[in-house]
Amino acid sequence: MSGDPLFANGLNLAVWVILVVKVVAVFAIVLLSVLFMIMYERKVIARLGVRYGPNRAGPNGWLQSLADGTKLLFKEAFTPKGADKVVYKIAPYLMLLPALIAFAIVPLGGHITIAHHTTELQLADPQWGILFLLMTSGVAVYGVMMAGWSSGSKYPLLGSVRASAQMVSYEAVLGLTTATAVLVTGSLHTSAIVAAQHGGFLYHWNIIHTAVIPFILFSVAITAEMTRAPFDLVEAEEEISGGYNLEYSSVDFAWFYLAEYAALITNSAIIITLWLGGPDGPRIAGHSIGPVWFIIKMLVVLYIFVWIRATLPRLRYDQLMDLGWKRMIPAALAMLMIIAGFQATTTTSGSGIAHYLAERKWGFLAIVASVLLYALLTRAIEVGKQATGLDDPTDAHHKVGGQI
Amino acid sequence: MSGLSNLVPRQLRGFVVTGKLPFKPKVTVQYPEEKRPKPERFHGRHVLNRYEDGMEKCIGCELCAGVCPAKCIYVRGADNPPDRPVSPGERYGFVYEINFLRCIHCDMCVEACPTEAITESKLFEFSFASRSDAIYTKAELLVDDDGLPQQLPWEDWKPGDDRNTSGWVRATSPAGDASSEGRAMWSGELGYGVRRPQRGQSDPSGADYPADTDISLRETLSGALRGIGVDDKRPDRGED
Repeated sequence: MSGDPLFANGLNLAVWVILVVKVVAVFAIVLLSVLFMIMYERKVIARLGVRYGPNRAGPNGWLQSLADGTKLLFKEAFTPKGADKVVYKIAPYLMLLPALIAFAIVPLGGHITIAHHTTELQLADPQWGILFLLMTSGVAVYGVMMAGWSSGSKYPLLGSVRASAQMVSYEAVLGLTTATAVLVTGSLHTSAIVAAQHGGFLYHWNIIHTAVIPFILFSVAITAEMTRAPFDLVEAEEEISGGYNLEYSSVDFAWFYLAEYAALITNSAIIITLWLGGPDGPRIAGHSIGPVWFIIKMLVVLYIFVWIRATLPRLRYDQLMDLGWKRMIPAALAMLMIIAGFQATTTTSGSGIAHYLAERKWGFLAIVASVLLYALLTRAIEVGKQATGLDDPTDAHHKVGGQI
Repeated sequence: MSGLSNLVPRQLRGFVVTGKLPFKPKVTVQYPEEKRPKPERFHGRHVLNRYEDGMEKCIGCELCAGVCPAKCIYVRGADNPPDRPVSPGERYGFVYEINFLRCIHCDMCVEACPTEAITESKLFEFSFASRSDAIYTKAELLVDDDGLPQQLPWEDWKPGDDRNTSGWVRATSPAGDASSEGRAMWSGELGYGVRRPQRGQSDPSGADYPADTDISLRETLSGALRGIGVDDKRPDRGED
């Protein structure tokens, strides 16, 4: 990749101005889309509950989140007596920052020419590209931990312990599935990942190239990473009353709320970038309308997130950990191995089924190995259950939830 | 579950259920613009009724004030002026005040009243902003010359909302005679006349008075429940 054509002729004033405009634009996009997303979620979840949702403030209620946010900012910023005040004040920003900056690596589609300077519709296209996402979601865990710990209160601490354990567990899946996407693309650049999926609606997208499963694993993992339903036991109000941000109010709480939804926006954009072809889509009347396709895909992905929230019940902690460690990480590992195997395809002359298998021998070997290892793992889990006496089959109906 | 949803894996059938819901009619009532019909015996704010000739029904006996558990009614009776009598008897309600900050709308004043002077309307949207507004005086409670309640500045109801005013019903005969069941009457209403008698409890079609409002309310609710998959019909299990 040559990088952004903006920097082709070195830096001058115009380039700097364009850069600043882009930074401000991306910042504004994230903040405005948060306002939009809160309303979108409330309206969609209302419709999934046979209701209308908020429809009073502003045109058809779309300014409700703005009104709520304004009200929130004017509330008293309360700090508990037992709080570690410095950490308590830093935590929301440590949460907000990663959520905001992760959007910088999302390619929105195509190029734009401002005053003879062509630039990509993407704020940053660093060499480490998609690793930036893993980095930001890793940093967000610190925000959660610091918020829960510094509140000087029991329930936020429990919430933050849950949240950080959950986020760290599912980050492994996130990394492994991201690696599969990177494998089929051969680049960490988000722009390269999008370019590789270009041309042909759906057919060239990574979701097809990686046989759907890593996409599902990635989506589930990123849902858990955001502690969204059904993985929102972090904020289980029946058990721990509110989660790590329980003691926060006013601006600080607003940052948490903002961060939560900014992360949702960013992660949906990342899902689209990695798996759903980014801004790729059919041209309309000969014009490439990348950003429009991007927005349409965003709306669909966000709708599905809300749909999941409206449908699935919250997981128990043991179910969450079972799903993460015993199901998803092995599955992600197996998919990484299989896709790596198929990437190692050798091209030889010949024909016939034997030749077809021989060319892809590493891929099929990986499938066989994965099945064997998965059987071994399942057996190991069974042996473990029997040895510890947990989940005794004769006692199964006494359990509340059972297996996932 | 039937039809296509059988093809969906068991774990994902919930998505089929919720996925259908956005296309169902919404259960929400857009309140200030559209209003749900009130139950037949809704207890709203009181009105002081008058006879057809304009005489006040209240005789100032203070039974309502005596029975009121919230002590929100203040009544003082006075002798009717012989030249200009206010009520057809000896005495009339000289002062009549109800403090709606205290009133619990229990309807006991209505039951106590010997002349059906005080009844409860279905009007409930009175968002007063001061204590003096909350205390309704006789001048405010009294119905006008047509027998209709007065709309006070802080009351939010549109013309016609008072149609169902005066919700008092005698469930049995005053003597408590069981044979009068099914013949018990609504009290007369000056503005809108007398309603049909209430059905008795032994009526097989139900104890409730099948007013139009009740039926439409029940249909709205059951339609909404059916919309989200709650059905009062049992699933057909076949012959086994």
